[in-house]
Amino acid sequence: MEQMLVNGVVLAVNYALIALGITLIFSIMNILNFAHGQMFMIGGFVVYYLYGIYHLNYFLSLVAVVAVLGVIGYLFETCFFRRMRKVATREENSMLLAVGTALLLENLALSIFGEKQRGVPPVVTGVYRFGSAFLPANRLLVMLLALVLIIGLLLFVQYTRMGRAMRALAQDREVTHLMGVNVNRVAAFGFAIGAALAGLAGGLLITVFGVNSGVGNFYSIKAFIMIMIGGAGVVPGAILGAIVLGFAEAIGYELLPGSVTYLLILIGLIIFLLLRPQGLLGKPWG
Amino acid sequence: MGIETKQEAPSEVKGSGGISSGHERLPAGLKLRFLALAATLLVVVPVVLGRSPYYITVLTNAAVLAFISLGVWVTFSIGRMNLAQGAFAMVGGYITAILSTRYGLSFWLCMPLSGLVSAALGAFVGWPVLRLKGVYFAMITLSLTEAIRLLTLNGGDVTKGATGIVNIPRPGAIGIFGLTIVPGFSGADPLPFYFLACGLLLLGIVAVWRLSTSRLGWVFRSLRQNEDLATSIGINVAKYRVIAFAVCCFLGGIGGAFFAAYHQNIYPASYTIADSVNFMLYCFLGGLDFILGPVVGAFLLVIAFEILHAVQDYQALIYGILMIACMLWLPNGILSVAVRRSSRESPARK
Repeated sequence: MEQMLVNGVVLAVNYALIALGITLIFSIMNILNFAHGQMFMIGGFVVYYLYGIYHLNYFLSLVAVVAVLGVIGYLFETCFFRRMRKVATREENSMLLAVGTALLLENLALSIFGEKQRGVPPVVTGVYRFGSAFLPANRLLVMLLALVLIIGLLLFVQYTRMGRAMRALAQDREVTHLMGVNVNRVAAFGFAIGAALAGLAGGLLITVFGVNSGVGNFYSIKAFIMIMIGGAGVVPGAILGAIVLGFAEAIGYELLPGSVTYLLILIGLIIFLLLRPQGLLGKPWG
Repeated sequence: MGIETKQEAPSEVKGSGGISSGHERLPAGLKLRFLALAATLLVVVPVVLGRSPYYITVLTNAAVLAFISLGVWVTFSIGRMNLAQGAFAMVGGYITAILSTRYGLSFWLCMPLSGLVSAALGAFVGWPVLRLKGVYFAMITLSLTEAIRLLTLNGGDVTKGATGIVNIPRPGAIGIFGLTIVPGFSGADPLPFYFLACGLLLLGIVAVWRLSTSRLGWVFRSLRQNEDLATSIGINVAKYRVIAFAVCCFLGGIGGAFFAAYHQNIYPASYTIADSVNFMLYCFLGGLDFILGPVVGAFLLVIAFEILHAVQDYQALIYGILMIACMLWLPNGILSVAVRRSSRESPARK
């Protein structure tokens, strides 16, 4: 029981990082980032090569993850989505483009990294004990790092000039433009941060679960489940969704054989959406 | 949208050739192009390529993938981006696999049954799920693909888990009163499967074309434009969107049944999210405004993928780049280019 709680907390905090990234991109640009799981995977691989193979400091590797994914996100927005906003004739277009970028990243990763499952040694060793539950020090570190990043992100969005511009953009694109905000710059920056968050989650979780070039879609689905539970585009919703999914997974993996957990989560999700299609905290939409 | 149709039709017929501008609003032109397509698939290809099994196999795949994608096109016509088609092809495949290996049912009965079961499941799941729109619908249908995969993985003795179902019998002979109409399919010759695939595809095109030009088709398009407005003029929105989704799943189920008998096996990994995504991309790259869109898209992408075999290692990568390039520079699909060219003289195009 206690073990489930501990595992649930560790998962929930890391998942919150993924959910916040996709929420950020979705609310600022109204684009569902289908490539989010693939960005997660690439973040994992950056850590695998820098920390696992070249034995760079783990924290420096995470900085590199931010740089690499930030550039990818920035390029996606400036090269692809900005043009798409000009030529799109129906709302599906940007969604399809997002799907296309996911395909691109996954194929790119397959060509470069191969198909093998990769893992890295734990960053810190040792195990803590809470009652009857065990918490490896590595998982604790990963959880704390994720927590720091989440708090940092929330403060950034709340108090900085750029963060304010992002929130304004999420509320109303045109009015933001009228207020003299360089909308394209903010959007590109937002996409970069969202991508970096996905990559950081990958860089953190590779020390626990490992990563391979095919996991992208799986994590994208996790991200989708979280924002569907919480309500798309709502920050507290993303965190709530992460908590629900994290604990559901922790409990399911403890009590059920492997993949049945996700089957039940997905069936539960469909029933939940029947009752509340806008998610727990989302606003009702037409 | 529909009123200018009749004025545009004459200029369209003289202005275009081949299948390049199969346009739903131009029945006369479409009929010609459909006949051309049918003749190409059923006569020209077998005569020219009949002796090279490799090309026939590629084209068989393309035809059935196009057939399955037609279903996704129908859900596009009600304004939903459907990423669950792989799931329903999987359902159809497993129904055929189970019925034919376990109960010895003929493939010719299994195939329609698979379609019906998929359609029923689609209606059942679609009823709650279709309340969602836009990205929400895309997300939940993507999850549905994964859910069905997990279901088949955990199906115990019914689906045989990860080992899948193998040794599915090929379609047998059909005969009435001792007279053989269709001979049994053998493994050596790919042509019977090719003809079956093309037959399905042509039937599918006719059915979807009839559907989209009927009253039902107009209702579907009204749902895409504005569901509230459709409700206000007395259209039972919930009913029609379930119908559209069930049609889509029916096509998916039939296609899945075909592939199960064609490959003689089915595994939980036979249809993944990538397949669902591909079905949607075929529609999109061909052009969402055109019934022949999914057909053109499927044939082009499947053939392009085979051509890229030459650069093996980078095949998938180049494929990905090509697709993004198409999306950025041809946001309305490949067919839209042909239409734009042929209707340049008539300014009626919106």
